[in-house]
Amino acid sequence: MSTFWFDGHEVPFRPGATIGAALLASGIRSWRTTRGQGRPRGVFCGIGVCFDCLATVDGRPNQRACLTPARDGMDVRSQEGTGHGEFAG
Amino acid sequence: MASSPVDVCVVGAGPAGLTAAVAAATAGRTVALVDAGARPGGQFWRHSPAGIEADRALHHDFVKYRQLETGLARFVQTGQIRLLTRHQVWTIERGARFTVRALKAGEYERTVDAAALVLAPGAYDRQVPLPGWELPGVYTAGGAQALLKEHGVLVGARVLVAGTGPFLLSVAAGLAQRGARVVGVYEANTGLGWLHHRSLRAVVRNFGKLSEGIHYAGTFARHRVWYHPRSTIVAAHGDTEVRAATVARLTRHGAVVPGSERRIEVDAIAVGWGFTPQLELPVALGTRTEVDADGSEIVLVGDWQQSSTPGVFVAGEATGVGGAALARVEGEIAGYAAAWYVNVDHESASFHPRSRRAERRLSWLRKRRLTLRAFAAAMHRAHPVPPSWLDQLQPDTLVCRCEEVSVERLRTAADDLGVTDARLAKLLTRTGMGWCQGRVCGYATACLVARFAGTGYDPRGLTERPLAVPVPLGVLAHGAAPAVPADESWRGE
Ligand SMILES: Cc1cc2nc3c(=O)[nH]c(=O)nc-3n(C[C@H](O)[C@H](O)[C@H](O)COP(=O)(O)OP(=O)(O)OC[C@H]3O[C@@H](n4cnc5c(N)ncnc54)[C@H](O)[C@@H]3O)c2cc1C
Ligand code: FES
Repeated sequence: MSTFWFDGHEVPFRPGATIGAALLASGIRSWRTTRGQGRPRGVFCGIGVCFDCLATVDGRPNQRACLTPARDGMDVRSQEGTGHGEFAG
Repeated sequence: MASSPVDVCVVGAGPAGLTAAVAAATAGRTVALVDAGARPGGQFWRHSPAGIEADRALHHDFVKYRQLETGLARFVQTGQIRLLTRHQVWTIERGARFTVRALKAGEYERTVDAAALVLAPGAYDRQVPLPGWELPGVYTAGGAQALLKEHGVLVGARVLVAGTGPFLLSVAAGLAQRGARVVGVYEANTGLGWLHHRSLRAVVRNFGKLSEGIHYAGTFARHRVWYHPRSTIVAAHGDTEVRAATVARLTRHGAVVPGSERRIEVDAIAVGWGFTPQLELPVALGTRTEVDADGSEIVLVGDWQQSSTPGVFVAGEATGVGGAALARVEGEIAGYAAAWYVNVDHESASFHPRSRRAERRLSWLRKRRLTLRAFAAAMHRAHPVPPSWLDQLQPDTLVCRCEEVSVERLRTAADDLGVTDARLAKLLTRTGMGWCQGRVCGYATACLVARFAGTGYDPRGLTERPLAVPVPLGVLAHGAAPAVPADESWRGE
């Protein structure tokens, strides 16, 4: 089975899985802390609307884990605060 | 990267958009069908890469999907429909024609030039804040469903399903079938609301829905899932993730019955209060909107699904939440109408089906649309969001999850700063200014501002968002993103 790296741990995934689905299937439910109160967050809406599931993927911060397809060998990291502001929206 | 012009660009490949694209192609037009998702199907027919058959048990109207998929595949093969999946439309420019700008996988841009548009962007779960709703393990009902349908992922082993609306039944049934222990479905309204006077006619005419209900009843009995009408979730508990929920009974007026609170151990909660239409694209194109029976802002459309902006047709949840069957009917009408629009003198013409056959089909579709809209109206009447959520809020309950704005901050803004509408609340408290741009908290903010300021409820002012999706700065700075590799084909991506 294919795997990606999450904070240095190997996470397996099924073909077509998103990063978020694979993390949840491995029992990992949060991978971000909020900017204000440092509270844990993971998937909430599951369809790219709420932006709770942000992670840093291959060095790019603020990627929505629930939409981003998992790829073999990918480097996924949990994220604190804002990542950095890469988006204009 | 620009691509050769098409007659009709359809945004959204759910039941509405998929049907529209096939209808416009059947009428002889060239079509681009653009969707952010990996596969066509939208929310209703969301499925895994293994194909929809693999999860037949989770799907209704499966045969309809197969028919549409076959039609789509045929037109994709002849080049008459260009299917662009994983393309998220972030803006549409309007001149003599339309320029639809989409981001492929958030990385590079592709533009589609079209004479007419069908917008079918669907909806997302409507949420209201409750203490603890930001804990990991609390999901939107649709999110729990999407994880199951697309990825086979169960959100938990002991799941509480709560909120209002028939959709909760479908979510609970799916979870139970796949082996989760569903500790109860907490429906804030009475299930019998459906059977009141005028609603009854709509339900009987819509036998399909009725049989769906019977199917769920069987599933619930087999898996011993209890359905609790007039009951609701009042709080989620846990430290770093959800461990329990408090539920309570509701009075006829939607207030918590004192002393009826009960704590239940869970490891996940799926909660939904109906749906909010996704309006950024139509609103940015200047389409007129109104407030629907369920309190959602929707696009106002005419007989042929035309919006107030010439050449822009809108179908599906964006014109009022009504479910997949209505979305399909509206999509087909919009597809035909957009196909027609492309070839007429817009000043003088009024819509006329070209053949007897088309005329009969369209007249049937319009009748069906009436029935299904009556059904949707009955559903909205029977499933309002009960006022109890407002009474259960704590001062530190988050309203805006992104910017971590609490109920207290919003109240202070109303009391001390004289905030009287959602727009002002946004400016002064940052509610709705975060990543999601108020998509999650918009409805609640409008309700809370109305309550604190003693003004009328108005959901508008939060749907005007400059960009439909976050766009990498590079795309904005250079006008266009890095070019698409030259050999990449247009079709069937
Ligand atoms: C998460 C979720 C799960 C649901 N699950 C069910 C279910 O299991 N059963 C059920 O009966 N109902 C379900 N619903 C209700 C659903 O709204 C209707 O059943 C039905 O899918 C509506 O059809 P539609 O064509 O109007 O919209 P949708 O099916 O929502 O399709 C809209 C499509 O537009 C695309 N889109 C939106 N904006 C853009 C953009 N800017 N660029 C590109 N593409 C875009 C989306 O990716 C989506 O595929 C669900 C709703 C949600 C939000
Ligand atoms: S879970 Fe909402 S955006 Fe990913």
